[in-house]
Amino acid sequence: MTAKPCLTFLLMDPPFESARTTTAFRLIHSALAQGHDVKVFAYEGAVSLAFARQAAHANGVHGRDAAQEAHPLTREWIAFLQADAGARGARLEWVNCGLCVDERGVGETVPEVRRGSPVDFLKMVKESVNTLVVPTR
Amino acid sequence: MKKNYLIIVSEDPLEFPATRRAGDLALQLKQCGHEVALFLVQNGVLASRASASADGLSPIFASAIEVLADDFSLRERGIEFNELRAGVAPAPIDTVVSRLAAGWNTLWS
Repeated sequence: MTAKPCLTFLLMDPPFESARTTTAFRLIHSALAQGHDVKVFAYEGAVSLAFARQAAHANGVHGRDAAQEAHPLTREWIAFLQADAGARGARLEWVNCGLCVDERGVGETVPEVRRGSPVDFLKMVKESVNTLVVPTR
Repeated sequence: MKKNYLIIVSEDPLEFPATRRAGDLALQLKQCGHEVALFLVQNGVLASRASASADGLSPIFASAIEVLADDFSLRERGIEFNELRAGVAPAPIDTVVSRLAAGWNTLWS
């Protein structure tokens, strides 16, 4: 498949906090499914989305262990999107704001996530046909 | 020059009166001759119900502005398509991507 023009998404919300994150993942998945290359710049709390040490937990109220609870982890969603992009012959570039990473101590990420700066976001915007900012409230 | 604008509304207008600003912006852009569409998602779709009382987006539903409601968000909230206000159409999230790719100026309010 010939890749369609690239789209860029800027994410700002941290994991486990806002439905905007879920919607953003749906948009990225849709873009990949439609054949687009996708660039993501994670800013502020969104740099924790790819944190490798996120851990699922049990739920005593539900009486389920961690496996049964199947608590969704954003790092796993990112890994899925990367694999999905690879399977489709598309490219998903994920860049975390390095300063935001250092502030939060979340430098350990899933593979193929790199650190950068807002300059990378500017480059992404210039290399894409369009950009959607998913703002935090 | 006429442009295309897609405004994404993800908050319940009854809970977040500031959502009115998104509606005002849409109306002003339309009055300036631009093509405008609203995409309701997450709790934003609560405004799409015919049974909803007046809220900050009501002027939109009375206008010629296209209003789309995310079908996934509707299903999550148990809203049937036949419960939507006149002029609101259910749409997949793919619609946002298609319009982004087509160059629509897309704002998340």
